[in-house]
Amino acid sequence: MPNAKKIIWKGVDDMPEMAVSIASMRINKTASWRNLKPIIDYNKCKPCGICWKFCPEPSILLKEDGTPMIDYDYCKGCGICAEECPRNAITMHREER
Amino acid sequence: MGNHALSYGAKLSRVQVIAAYPITPQTQVVELLSEMCADGELDAQFVKVESEHSALAASIGASAVGARTFTATSAQGLALMHEMIHWAVGARTPVVLGNINRAMAPPWSIWTDQNDSLSERDTGIMQVYCESNQEVQDTVIQAYKVAEKVLLPCMVVLDAFYLSHTYEPVDIPEQKLVDKYLPPFNPPYKLDPKDVHAFGGLTDAKWYYELRYKIESAMNRAREEWKKADDEFGKIFGRRYGLVEDYRCKDADIILITSGTITGTARITVDILRDKGKKVGVLKIRVFRPFPTDKVREMLGGAKKVACIDRNISFGQSGIFFEEIKSALYNSSHRPPIWGYIAGLGGRDVTPETIKEIVKRTEESDRPEDLIWIGLKK
Repeated sequence: MPNAKKIIWKGVDDMPEMAVSIASMRINKTASWRNLKPIIDYNKCKPCGICWKFCPEPSILLKEDGTPMIDYDYCKGCGICAEECPRNAITMHREER
Repeated sequence: MGNHALSYGAKLSRVQVIAAYPITPQTQVVELLSEMCADGELDAQFVKVESEHSALAASIGASAVGARTFTATSAQGLALMHEMIHWAVGARTPVVLGNINRAMAPPWSIWTDQNDSLSERDTGIMQVYCESNQEVQDTVIQAYKVAEKVLLPCMVVLDAFYLSHTYEPVDIPEQKLVDKYLPPFNPPYKLDPKDVHAFGGLTDAKWYYELRYKIESAMNRAREEWKKADDEFGKIFGRRYGLVEDYRCKDADIILITSGTITGTARITVDILRDKGKKVGVLKIRVFRPFPTDKVREMLGGAKKVACIDRNISFGQSGIFFEEIKSALYNSSHRPPIWGYIAGLGGRDVTPETIKEIVKRTEESDRPEDLIWIGLKK
Protein backbone atom coordinates (compact mmCIF):
# COMPACT_ATOMS: atom_id res chain seq x y z
CA MET A 1 0.00 0.00 0.00
CA PRO A 2 1.37 3.44 -0.87
CA ASN A 3 1.86 6.02 1.84
CA ALA A 4 -0.67 8.79 2.02
CA LYS A 5 1.19 11.81 3.31
CA LYS A 6 -0.49 14.95 4.54
CA ILE A 7 0.78 18.25 3.20
CA ILE A 8 0.42 21.03 5.74
CA TRP A 9 0.93 24.72 5.01
CA LYS A 10 0.37 28.08 6.67
CA GLY A 11 0.08 30.47 3.74
CA VAL A 12 1.12 31.37 0.21
CA ASP A 13 4.83 31.13 0.90
CA ASP A 14 4.94 27.52 2.05
CA MET A 15 1.95 26.04 0.21
CA PRO A 16 2.52 23.83 -2.84
CA GLU A 17 2.62 25.58 -6.20
CA MET A 18 0.00 23.20 -7.60
CA ALA A 19 -3.59 22.68 -6.47
CA VAL A 20 -2.65 19.42 -4.85
CA SER A 21 -5.07 18.22 -2.18
CA ILE A 22 -3.98 18.47 1.43
CA ALA A 23 -3.90 14.70 1.40
CA SER A 24 -4.86 11.81 -0.80
CA MET A 25 -8.42 10.51 -0.76
CA ARG A 26 -7.24 7.88 1.68
CA ILE A 27 -7.08 10.62 4.32
CA ASN A 28 -9.55 13.03 2.79
CA LYS A 29 -12.89 11.38 3.65
CA THR A 30 -15.59 12.86 1.48
CA ALA A 31 -18.87 11.61 2.99
CA SER A 32 -19.39 14.60 5.28
CA TRP A 33 -22.24 16.09 3.26
CA ARG A 34 -24.36 12.89 3.15
CA ASN A 35 -27.97 13.53 4.19
CA LEU A 36 -29.47 10.13 3.36
CA LYS A 37 -27.74 6.97 4.44
CA PRO A 38 -28.29 3.68 2.59
CA ILE A 39 -28.73 0.63 4.81
CA ILE A 40 -28.66 -2.92 3.46
CA ASP A 41 -31.14 -5.44 4.81
CA TYR A 42 -29.06 -8.59 4.64
CA ASN A 43 -32.16 -10.76 5.08
CA LYS A 44 -33.41 -9.55 1.70
CA CYS A 45 -30.03 -9.25 -0.11
CA LYS A 46 -29.10 -12.16 -2.41
CA PRO A 47 -25.71 -10.86 -3.45
CA CYS A 48 -26.16 -10.04 -7.15
CA GLY A 49 -23.63 -7.15 -7.36
CA ILE A 50 -26.01 -4.72 -9.08
CA CYS A 51 -25.56 -2.06 -6.37
CA TRP A 52 -21.77 -2.44 -6.69
CA LYS A 53 -21.99 -1.96 -10.46
CA PHE A 54 -24.20 1.14 -10.24
CA CYS A 55 -22.48 2.97 -7.37
CA PRO A 56 -20.82 5.99 -9.05
CA GLU A 57 -18.22 6.63 -6.34
CA PRO A 58 -17.51 3.57 -5.92
CA SER A 59 -18.51 3.22 -2.27
CA ILE A 60 -19.89 -0.30 -2.31
CA LEU A 61 -17.28 -2.94 -1.62
CA LEU A 62 -17.86 -6.66 -2.15
CA LYS A 63 -16.72 -9.26 0.35
CA GLU A 64 -15.14 -12.41 -1.03
CA ASP A 65 -18.51 -14.20 -1.11
CA GLY A 66 -20.03 -11.27 -3.01
CA THR A 67 -21.89 -9.71 -0.10
CA PRO A 68 -22.01 -5.91 -0.53
CA MET A 69 -20.80 -3.51 2.15
CA ILE A 70 -21.28 0.25 2.08
CA ASP A 71 -18.16 2.33 2.65
CA TYR A 72 -19.63 5.14 4.74
CA ASP A 73 -16.36 7.11 4.62
CA TYR A 74 -17.03 7.99 0.99
CA CYS A 75 -20.75 7.27 0.30
CA LYS A 76 -22.55 10.55 -0.43
CA GLY A 77 -26.04 9.10 -0.16
CA CYS A 78 -27.15 9.52 -3.76
CA GLY A 79 -29.54 6.57 -3.44
CA ILE A 80 -28.76 4.97 -6.80
CA CYS A 81 -28.07 1.61 -5.09
CA ALA A 82 -31.46 1.70 -3.35
CA GLU A 83 -33.16 2.61 -6.64
CA GLU A 84 -31.46 -0.19 -8.58
CA CYS A 85 -31.64 -3.06 -6.03
CA PRO A 86 -34.03 -5.63 -7.58
CA ARG A 87 -35.03 -6.98 -4.16
CA ASN A 88 -35.49 -3.60 -2.43
CA ALA A 89 -32.89 -4.66 0.10
CA ILE A 90 -31.42 -1.16 0.38
CA THR A 91 -33.36 1.66 2.02
CA MET A 92 -32.42 5.30 2.55
CA HIS A 93 -32.55 6.82 6.05
CA ARG A 94 -32.11 10.42 7.12
CA GLU A 95 -28.71 11.04 8.71
CA GLU A 96 -28.81 11.99 12.35
CA ARG A 97 -26.03 14.30 13.41
CA MET B 1 7.16 25.67 -43.33
CA GLY B 2 6.08 27.22 -40.03
CA ASN B 3 4.03 24.16 -39.16
CA HIS B 4 7.05 21.90 -39.46
CA ALA B 5 9.09 24.39 -37.45
CA LEU B 6 6.64 23.72 -34.61
CA SER B 7 7.05 19.95 -35.10
CA TYR B 8 10.85 20.18 -35.06
CA GLY B 9 10.72 22.43 -32.00
CA ALA B 10 8.68 19.75 -30.22
CA LYS B 11 10.95 16.95 -31.41
CA LEU B 12 14.11 18.77 -30.32
CA SER B 13 12.47 19.35 -26.93
CA ARG B 14 12.09 15.54 -26.67
CA VAL B 15 8.34 15.69 -26.03
CA GLN B 16 7.01 12.44 -24.58
CA VAL B 17 3.30 12.79 -25.30
CA ILE B 18 1.51 14.49 -28.20
CA ALA B 19 -2.29 14.70 -28.35
CA ALA B 20 -3.92 16.68 -31.12
CA TYR B 21 -6.86 16.90 -33.48
CA PRO B 22 -6.35 18.16 -37.04
CA ILE B 23 -7.63 21.54 -38.24
CA THR B 24 -6.50 23.73 -41.13
CA PRO B 25 -3.99 25.43 -41.01
CA GLN B 26 -2.46 23.40 -38.14
CA THR B 27 -2.71 19.91 -39.70
CA GLN B 28 0.91 19.46 -40.86
CA VAL B 29 2.22 20.12 -37.36
CA VAL B 30 0.79 16.88 -36.04
CA GLU B 31 1.05 15.00 -39.33
CA LEU B 32 4.83 15.34 -39.17
CA LEU B 33 4.94 14.53 -35.47
CA SER B 34 2.85 11.38 -35.97
CA GLU B 35 5.22 10.36 -38.79
CA MET B 36 8.20 10.94 -36.52
CA CYS B 37 6.58 8.74 -33.84
CA ALA B 38 5.68 6.01 -36.34
CA ASP B 39 9.22 5.99 -37.79
CA GLY B 40 10.75 5.70 -34.34
CA GLU B 41 12.54 8.98 -34.92
CA LEU B 42 10.77 10.43 -31.88
CA ASP B 43 10.22 8.35 -28.75
CA ALA B 44 6.80 9.71 -27.83
CA GLN B 45 3.22 8.53 -27.35
CA PHE B 46 0.95 9.95 -30.05
CA VAL B 47 -2.59 10.06 -28.64
CA LYS B 48 -5.39 10.22 -31.19
CA VAL B 49 -8.45 11.99 -29.82
CA GLU B 50 -11.92 12.96 -31.03
CA SER B 51 -11.79 16.71 -30.40
CA GLU B 52 -9.55 19.57 -29.34
CA HIS B 53 -11.18 19.55 -25.91
CA SER B 54 -9.96 15.98 -25.48
CA ALA B 55 -6.58 16.80 -27.03
CA LEU B 56 -5.81 19.30 -24.31
CA ALA B 57 -7.44 17.14 -21.62
CA ALA B 58 -5.15 14.25 -22.60
CA SER B 59 -2.18 16.62 -22.65
CA ILE B 60 -2.98 17.83 -19.13
CA GLY B 61 -3.23 14.24 -17.89
CA ALA B 62 0.10 13.36 -19.45
CA SER B 63 1.74 16.47 -18.04
CA ALA B 64 0.34 15.63 -14.59
CA VAL B 65 2.28 12.35 -14.55
CA GLY B 66 5.42 14.29 -15.42
CA ALA B 67 5.62 13.83 -19.19
CA ARG B 68 6.69 16.69 -21.48
CA THR B 69 3.59 17.27 -23.57
CA PHE B 70 2.74 19.05 -26.81
CA THR B 71 -0.44 19.90 -28.66
CA ALA B 72 -1.40 22.27 -31.47
CA THR B 73 -4.55 23.81 -32.90
CA SER B 74 -6.19 26.86 -34.54
CA ALA B 75 -9.28 29.07 -34.24
CA GLN B 76 -12.45 27.05 -33.44
CA GLY B 77 -10.20 24.27 -32.16
CA LEU B 78 -8.63 26.64 -29.65
CA ALA B 79 -12.08 27.89 -28.67
CA LEU B 80 -13.12 24.30 -27.98
CA MET B 81 -10.02 23.94 -25.77
CA HIS B 82 -11.02 27.02 -23.75
CA GLU B 83 -12.28 25.15 -20.69
CA MET B 84 -9.20 22.96 -20.66
CA ILE B 85 -6.85 25.95 -20.96
CA HIS B 86 -8.22 27.15 -17.61
CA TRP B 87 -7.66 23.60 -16.34
CA ALA B 88 -4.06 23.42 -17.58
CA VAL B 89 -3.32 26.72 -15.85
CA GLY B 90 -5.07 25.83 -12.57
CA ALA B 91 -3.47 22.38 -12.47
CA ARG B 92 -0.12 24.06 -13.24
CA THR B 93 0.68 21.68 -16.10
CA PRO B 94 3.31 23.19 -18.42
CA VAL B 95 1.87 21.93 -21.70
CA VAL B 96 3.17 23.75 -24.78
CA LEU B 97 0.43 24.51 -27.30
CA GLY B 98 1.18 25.63 -30.85
CA ASN B 99 -1.62 27.90 -32.08
CA ILE B 100 -1.75 28.95 -35.68
CA ASN B 101 -3.70 32.21 -35.72
CA ARG B 102 -6.80 31.70 -37.83
CA ALA B 103 -9.83 33.99 -37.97
CA MET B 104 -12.92 32.89 -36.05
CA ALA B 105 -16.08 31.85 -37.91
CA PRO B 106 -18.65 32.72 -39.10
CA PRO B 107 -18.13 33.46 -41.88
CA TRP B 108 -15.75 30.55 -42.26
CA SER B 109 -12.20 31.67 -42.80
CA ILE B 110 -8.98 29.73 -42.71
CA TRP B 111 -6.78 32.85 -42.97
CA THR B 112 -4.96 34.62 -40.23
CA ASP B 113 -5.97 36.96 -37.47
CA GLN B 114 -5.34 36.96 -33.75
CA ASN B 115 -8.81 36.89 -32.23
CA ASP B 116 -8.58 33.16 -31.48
CA SER B 117 -5.50 33.33 -29.25
CA LEU B 118 -6.33 36.73 -27.77
CA SER B 119 -9.69 35.38 -26.62
CA GLU B 120 -7.62 33.22 -24.22
CA ARG B 121 -5.91 36.31 -22.79
CA ASP B 122 -7.27 35.99 -19.26
CA THR B 123 -6.88 32.24 -18.75
CA GLY B 124 -3.31 32.38 -17.42
CA ILE B 125 -1.66 30.60 -20.36
CA MET B 126 1.54 32.33 -21.49
CA GLN B 127 1.45 33.64 -25.08
CA VAL B 128 4.34 34.33 -27.44
CA TYR B 129 3.80 35.78 -30.94
CA CYS B 130 6.37 34.71 -33.54
CA GLU B 131 7.57 36.54 -36.62
CA SER B 132 9.58 33.92 -38.53
CA ASN B 133 9.73 30.13 -38.81
CA GLN B 134 13.13 30.11 -37.12
CA GLU B 135 11.58 31.97 -34.21
CA VAL B 136 8.72 29.46 -34.09
CA GLN B 137 11.08 26.50 -33.68
CA ASP B 138 13.29 28.29 -31.16
CA THR B 139 10.32 29.57 -29.17
CA VAL B 140 8.95 26.04 -28.63
CA ILE B 141 12.27 25.05 -27.01
CA GLN B 142 12.37 28.23 -24.93
CA ALA B 143 8.70 27.76 -24.01
CA TYR B 144 9.39 24.40 -22.33
CA LYS B 145 12.30 25.95 -20.46
CA VAL B 146 10.12 28.72 -19.03
CA ALA B 147 6.84 26.79 -18.69
CA GLU B 148 8.44 24.00 -16.64
CA LYS B 149 10.20 26.55 -14.40
CA VAL B 150 7.05 28.46 -13.53
CA LEU B 151 4.58 25.58 -14.03
CA LEU B 152 2.28 27.34 -16.45
CA PRO B 153 1.24 26.25 -19.96
CA CYS B 154 2.47 28.27 -22.92
CA MET B 155 0.96 29.08 -26.29
CA VAL B 156 3.39 29.56 -29.19
CA VAL B 157 1.52 31.63 -31.76
CA LEU B 158 2.15 32.03 -35.49
CA ASP B 159 0.23 33.50 -38.43
CA ALA B 160 -1.78 31.18 -40.65
CA PHE B 161 -0.21 30.75 -44.11
CA TYR B 162 2.16 33.75 -43.83
CA LEU B 163 4.15 31.44 -41.55
CA SER B 164 2.35 28.10 -41.26
CA HIS B 165 2.55 27.26 -44.98
CA THR B 166 5.47 29.43 -46.06
CA TYR B 167 8.79 27.71 -46.66
CA GLU B 168 11.94 29.43 -45.48
CA PRO B 169 15.29 28.13 -44.25
CA VAL B 170 15.33 27.15 -40.58
CA ASP B 171 18.49 26.20 -38.73
CA ILE B 172 17.79 22.99 -36.82
CA PRO B 173 20.25 22.82 -33.93
CA GLU B 174 22.08 19.69 -32.80
CA GLN B 175 20.10 17.56 -30.37
CA LYS B 176 22.92 17.49 -27.84
CA LEU B 177 22.95 21.30 -27.66
CA VAL B 178 19.19 21.36 -27.05
CA ASP B 179 19.61 18.65 -24.39
CA LYS B 180 22.19 20.86 -22.70
CA TYR B 181 19.77 23.79 -22.77
CA LEU B 182 16.63 21.91 -21.76
CA PRO B 183 16.89 19.41 -18.88
CA PRO B 184 14.21 16.69 -18.45
CA PHE B 185 10.87 17.75 -16.93
CA ASN B 186 10.60 16.98 -13.24
CA PRO B 187 7.59 18.58 -11.49
CA PRO B 188 7.45 18.90 -7.67
CA TYR B 189 4.20 16.88 -7.48
CA LYS B 190 2.94 14.39 -9.99
CA LEU B 191 0.46 11.55 -10.33
CA ASP B 192 2.55 8.74 -8.92
CA PRO B 193 1.23 5.54 -7.31
CA LYS B 194 4.23 5.55 -4.97
CA ASP B 195 3.44 9.02 -3.63
CA VAL B 196 -0.31 9.48 -3.80
CA HIS B 197 -1.95 12.88 -4.11
CA ALA B 198 -5.24 14.16 -5.48
CA PHE B 199 -5.06 17.10 -7.89
CA GLY B 200 -7.45 19.95 -8.54
CA GLY B 201 -10.08 18.74 -6.05
CA LEU B 202 -12.79 20.92 -4.54
CA THR B 203 -11.16 23.89 -2.80
CA ASP B 204 -13.35 26.29 -0.87
CA ALA B 205 -12.83 30.00 -0.29
CA LYS B 206 -10.23 29.22 2.38
CA TRP B 207 -7.48 28.54 -0.18
CA TYR B 208 -8.75 29.27 -3.73
CA TYR B 209 -7.73 32.93 -3.40
CA GLU B 210 -4.14 31.98 -2.47
CA LEU B 211 -3.93 29.54 -5.40
CA ARG B 212 -4.90 32.36 -7.81
CA TYR B 213 -2.21 34.52 -6.19
CA LYS B 214 0.30 31.71 -6.86
CA ILE B 215 -0.62 31.74 -10.56
CA GLU B 216 -0.14 35.49 -10.78
CA SER B 217 3.20 35.20 -8.94
CA ALA B 218 4.28 32.55 -11.42
CA MET B 219 3.30 34.82 -14.34
CA ASN B 220 5.28 37.60 -12.75
CA ARG B 221 8.34 35.35 -12.33
CA ALA B 222 7.90 34.25 -15.94
CA ARG B 223 8.94 37.72 -17.16
CA GLU B 224 12.40 37.23 -15.65
CA GLU B 225 12.46 33.55 -16.73
CA TRP B 226 11.76 34.52 -20.36
CA LYS B 227 14.63 36.95 -20.24
CA LYS B 228 16.95 34.34 -18.72
CA ALA B 229 15.82 31.60 -21.10
CA ASP B 230 16.35 33.91 -24.08
CA ASP B 231 19.82 34.99 -22.90
CA GLU B 232 20.93 31.41 -22.31
CA PHE B 233 19.48 30.41 -25.68
CA GLY B 234 21.45 33.21 -27.30
CA LYS B 235 24.69 32.03 -25.69
CA ILE B 236 24.26 28.46 -26.96
CA PHE B 237 22.53 28.97 -30.31
CA GLY B 238 23.44 32.55 -31.24
CA ARG B 239 19.83 33.73 -31.59
CA ARG B 240 17.98 36.06 -29.24
CA TYR B 241 14.48 37.48 -29.54
CA GLY B 242 13.70 39.42 -26.34
CA LEU B 243 10.30 39.90 -24.75
CA VAL B 244 9.91 42.84 -27.10
CA GLU B 245 12.17 43.63 -30.01
CA ASP B 246 12.89 47.20 -31.04
CA TYR B 247 13.93 48.33 -34.47
CA ARG B 248 15.25 51.87 -34.89
CA CYS B 249 13.18 53.04 -31.92
CA LYS B 250 15.92 54.98 -30.14
CA ASP B 251 15.48 58.38 -31.82
CA ALA B 252 12.07 57.68 -33.39
CA ASP B 253 9.30 60.29 -33.30
CA ILE B 254 6.69 57.69 -34.27
CA ILE B 255 6.91 54.14 -32.94
CA LEU B 256 4.80 51.45 -34.58
CA ILE B 257 3.63 48.58 -32.37
CA THR B 258 3.38 45.25 -34.18
CA SER B 259 3.20 41.52 -33.56
CA GLY B 260 3.60 38.44 -35.76
CA THR B 261 4.49 38.73 -39.45
CA ILE B 262 3.34 42.34 -39.78
CA THR B 263 6.60 43.16 -37.98
CA GLY B 264 8.80 42.21 -40.97
CA THR B 265 6.74 44.37 -43.31
CA ALA B 266 6.88 47.23 -40.84
CA ARG B 267 10.68 46.99 -40.58
CA ILE B 268 11.09 47.24 -44.36
CA THR B 269 8.70 50.18 -44.46
CA VAL B 270 10.59 51.90 -41.65
CA ASP B 271 13.80 51.58 -43.69
CA ILE B 272 12.09 53.15 -46.71
CA LEU B 273 10.68 55.99 -44.60
CA ARG B 274 13.98 56.55 -42.78
CA ASP B 275 15.65 57.01 -46.17
CA LYS B 276 13.18 59.84 -46.75
CA GLY B 277 14.17 61.39 -43.44
CA LYS B 278 11.17 60.28 -41.37
CA LYS B 279 12.09 59.17 -37.85
CA VAL B 280 10.02 55.99 -37.49
CA GLY B 281 10.69 52.81 -35.49
CA VAL B 282 9.04 49.47 -34.76
CA LEU B 283 8.44 47.81 -31.42
CA LYS B 284 7.45 44.17 -31.81
CA ILE B 285 5.57 42.64 -28.90
CA ARG B 286 6.76 39.04 -28.77
CA VAL B 287 5.78 37.88 -25.27
CA PHE B 288 2.17 38.96 -24.75
CA ARG B 289 1.53 37.04 -21.51
CA PRO B 290 3.17 37.84 -19.20
CA PHE B 291 2.87 41.36 -20.63
CA PRO B 292 6.27 43.13 -20.74
CA THR B 293 4.92 46.29 -19.05
CA ASP B 294 8.27 47.70 -17.86
CA LYS B 295 9.91 47.12 -21.22
CA VAL B 296 7.01 48.82 -23.05
CA ARG B 297 7.24 51.84 -20.70
CA GLU B 298 10.99 52.05 -21.22
CA MET B 299 10.82 51.75 -25.01
CA LEU B 300 7.91 54.14 -25.57
CA GLY B 301 9.00 56.71 -23.00
CA GLY B 302 10.83 58.86 -25.56
CA ALA B 303 8.37 58.63 -28.45
CA LYS B 304 6.32 61.63 -29.59
CA LYS B 305 3.60 59.43 -31.08
CA VAL B 306 2.75 55.73 -30.99
CA ALA B 307 0.74 53.84 -33.63
CA CYS B 308 -0.45 50.37 -32.70
CA ILE B 309 -1.36 47.93 -35.49
CA ASP B 310 -3.83 45.25 -34.42
CA ARG B 311 -4.73 42.19 -36.48
CA ASN B 312 -7.57 41.62 -34.03
CA ILE B 313 -10.39 43.54 -32.39
CA SER B 314 -12.18 43.58 -29.08
CA PHE B 315 -15.62 44.59 -30.31
CA GLY B 316 -16.98 47.56 -28.42
CA GLN B 317 -13.51 48.68 -27.38
CA SER B 318 -10.48 48.68 -29.71
CA GLY B 319 -7.53 46.58 -30.88
CA ILE B 320 -6.34 44.31 -28.09
CA PHE B 321 -2.62 45.13 -28.23
CA PHE B 322 -3.68 48.79 -28.28
CA GLU B 323 -5.64 48.29 -25.05
CA GLU B 324 -2.68 46.54 -23.46
CA ILE B 325 -0.18 49.23 -24.46
CA LYS B 326 -2.47 51.98 -23.26
CA SER B 327 -3.02 50.24 -19.96
CA ALA B 328 0.73 49.67 -19.51
CA LEU B 329 1.40 53.38 -20.02
CA TYR B 330 -1.38 54.85 -17.91
CA ASN B 331 0.56 54.71 -14.62
CA SER B 332 3.80 55.64 -16.31
CA SER B 333 5.39 59.08 -16.00
CA HIS B 334 5.63 59.59 -19.77
CA ARG B 335 2.53 58.82 -21.78
CA PRO B 336 2.85 59.48 -25.51
CA PRO B 337 -0.43 59.78 -27.48
CA ILE B 338 -1.45 56.49 -29.14
CA TRP B 339 -3.38 55.82 -32.32
CA GLY B 340 -5.07 52.42 -32.68
CA TYR B 341 -5.27 50.85 -36.14
CA ILE B 342 -7.14 47.70 -37.15
CA ALA B 343 -5.62 45.96 -40.17
CA GLY B 344 -5.35 42.58 -41.86
CA LEU B 345 -8.37 40.83 -40.31
CA GLY B 346 -9.24 37.47 -41.89
CA GLY B 347 -5.81 37.30 -43.54
CA ARG B 348 -6.08 40.51 -45.56
CA ASP B 349 -2.61 41.48 -46.74
CA VAL B 350 -0.82 44.15 -44.76
CA THR B 351 1.66 45.65 -47.22
CA PRO B 352 4.29 48.42 -46.97
CA GLU B 353 1.60 50.68 -48.49
CA THR B 354 -0.72 49.89 -45.55
CA ILE B 355 2.05 50.72 -43.08
CA LYS B 356 2.90 53.95 -44.94
CA GLU B 357 -0.76 55.00 -44.75
CA ILE B 358 -0.73 54.33 -40.98
CA VAL B 359 2.43 56.40 -40.50
CA LYS B 360 1.05 59.23 -42.66
CA ARG B 361 -2.23 59.33 -40.80
CA THR B 362 -0.47 59.33 -37.43
CA GLU B 363 1.90 62.05 -38.59
CA GLU B 364 -0.87 64.33 -39.84
CA SER B 365 -3.19 63.88 -36.89
CA ASP B 366 -2.85 65.90 -33.73
CA ARG B 367 -5.62 64.14 -31.83
CA PRO B 368 -5.14 60.44 -30.99
CA GLU B 369 -7.93 58.05 -31.97
CA ASP B 370 -8.67 54.63 -30.44
CA LEU B 371 -10.07 52.83 -33.44
CA ILE B 372 -9.12 53.46 -37.05
CA TRP B 373 -10.00 50.95 -39.78
CA ILE B 374 -7.32 50.89 -42.46
CA GLY B 375 -8.25 49.93 -46.03
CA LEU B 376 -11.99 49.67 -45.36
CA LYS B 377 -13.84 49.48 -48.72
CA LYS B 378 -16.39 52.22 -48.98
